[in-house]
Amino acid sequence: MAQKKFVVGCFDEEKVLFPAVKQVRAAGYKIKDVYTPFAVHGLDHALGMRETSLHTAGFIYGITGTTTAISAISWIFTKDWPLNIGGKPHFALPAWVPIIFELTVLFAAVGMVMTFCYLCQLAPGVKKHHFHKRATDDLFVMVIECTDKTNTDDLKALLSSNGAIETDVQVAEEGWWFGTYDKEDNLYNEKQLA
Amino acid sequence: MASIKEQFEIPGTLKTWSYALIGIGGAALLYGMFTKGFSSDEHEQVHFWGTLMYNTIFWTLVTNAAMFFLCFSTMAMAAWMQSFRRIAEAISTLVPIFGGITLMVLLYVVLSHNHHIYHWLDAEAVAKDPILKGKAGFLNPTFFVIWTTLTIALWSYFGYRMRQISLEADVAPMDAATAHKYNVRSMVRSGFFLVWFGLTVASTVPWLWLMSIDAHWYSTMYSWYTFASSFVAGMALIALWLIYMKNKGYMELSTSEHLHDVGKFMFAFSIFWTYLWFSQYMLIWYANIPEETIYFKNRVQGAYKPIFFLNLFINFLCPLLILMKRSAKRNFTLVAFMAVLILFGHWIDFYQMVMGSLMKEHVSLGWLDFGILAFFVGVMILMVARSLASKPLIAKYHPFLKESILHQV
Repeated sequence: MAQKKFVVGCFDEEKVLFPAVKQVRAAGYKIKDVYTPFAVHGLDHALGMRETSLHTAGFIYGITGTTTAISAISWIFTKDWPLNIGGKPHFALPAWVPIIFELTVLFAAVGMVMTFCYLCQLAPGVKKHHFHKRATDDLFVMVIECTDKTNTDDLKALLSSNGAIETDVQVAEEGWWFGTYDKEDNLYNEKQLA
Repeated sequence: MASIKEQFEIPGTLKTWSYALIGIGGAALLYGMFTKGFSSDEHEQVHFWGTLMYNTIFWTLVTNAAMFFLCFSTMAMAAWMQSFRRIAEAISTLVPIFGGITLMVLLYVVLSHNHHIYHWLDAEAVAKDPILKGKAGFLNPTFFVIWTTLTIALWSYFGYRMRQISLEADVAPMDAATAHKYNVRSMVRSGFFLVWFGLTVASTVPWLWLMSIDAHWYSTMYSWYTFASSFVAGMALIALWLIYMKNKGYMELSTSEHLHDVGKFMFAFSIFWTYLWFSQYMLIWYANIPEETIYFKNRVQGAYKPIFFLNLFINFLCPLLILMKRSAKRNFTLVAFMAVLILFGHWIDFYQMVMGSLMKEHVSLGWLDFGILAFFVGVMILMVARSLASKPLIAKYHPFLKESILHQV
């Protein structure tokens, strides 16, 4: 339940965002994330994020599924309960291939979804802080982590000079967090819209 | 865009290699034709004509797959392949040439009534055989000749029309209205090819040319199996040429992003091929009906066992394990290696499809096979290079070219 201070800059255009990301990184600040309305090609490279290892995890889950299927079926049909099915040999590999395939896919798919949720810190009941109500709607929201030495005013000025239409400083929970805020954040507020 | 090389100049080594391959292969072909093809011994005849048949059919289908790739990409309004579309076009210029050879070989086999290759050509045997009699409406010389001629003529013609419309993109920049009209026209032209492709490669042609060698046997998977085999080999050939051109300093607009997607096609369609391989095998294995299992008898238990499982190893396990990683599909050396392996693997696949039925007792793989292969590879290299040199390498005013340059996986 560590609270951290963040500087938030909002941009309304992709082509303003990219140079701003470069400038902020060149100035030595650490960008936590950029929340965008749609998947922006090349933004992960611009942010200097490393390649995800999710597919390696997927491969391991898949292999686990294959092994589980082969060992389970071969044990059942040759040792535990051998059946004569149409005169086929007990170790009937072709007939097992569909099941081996399905278990491989099942293990890989379920495992990858769970891993993905874990990495993104998504689970039922977990709260997420919204840095801006229009983030992922029509605004590109850049969130920068502050350290003790960060001068928030300088950073805000840097963001504004790079085309941010809105900047502010927020204190938010980082990481897994099951608690609530003092005041619930209404994402949809009729009064505000009116 | 000013600095890109639009004109391909054929390197001397490429010419030397292709002439050498054509020379060696042509010698083997002619020697085989006179000692075996026209010999009085029927085994020798079957050996030669069968070998020539699977080679020429394989290369015709593989080069035609390049045009199929262009057409379905055009139909799907895909942009990413525009930066190297001239490579696929150049490969597809071989369809009339290899198709012509295929046509001559098949017409010779059918018109000389070589019933050792096509059993259904034997009119006396058909008259006594209820199964063949039932198929006679489809498996008869007249239909075979007409359909084969029509097939190759229309592949060549629709392919030619596609290449012609691509050249229009070299002339002048297009405004939005012209570009829209251009896209619609391209799609209509690709539609003609795709429909004809569906009626031929994806159904009738593999039945006629290949499956009818086992005149009694049939499999509903066969055409798709043949299509998958030739398509994945076609993508491997495109990848190989793309890598060659990159190595020679051309095709600046195609990057590892484009190679990645070609690699994905090689990977995905290797798996698709295996899916069809397995669907065909498993159902026949499970039902265990003698008239169906006869096809696999000599392949799984007889002389062809090593070839049959080598085929599965090269075309399934190798692409699955080697091409799975993202970094592998972006690695030019590794993709080049896999492309050669896949082309060889599917050539072996065609070998066992044809020769496994014609010469059941022993594996004939030898100088004749590799000689004829050398001839076809030599012709392919020379003609693709010439075709690449005859046109600009980039369709520079194509409406989708910019999107292709920006392509990112």
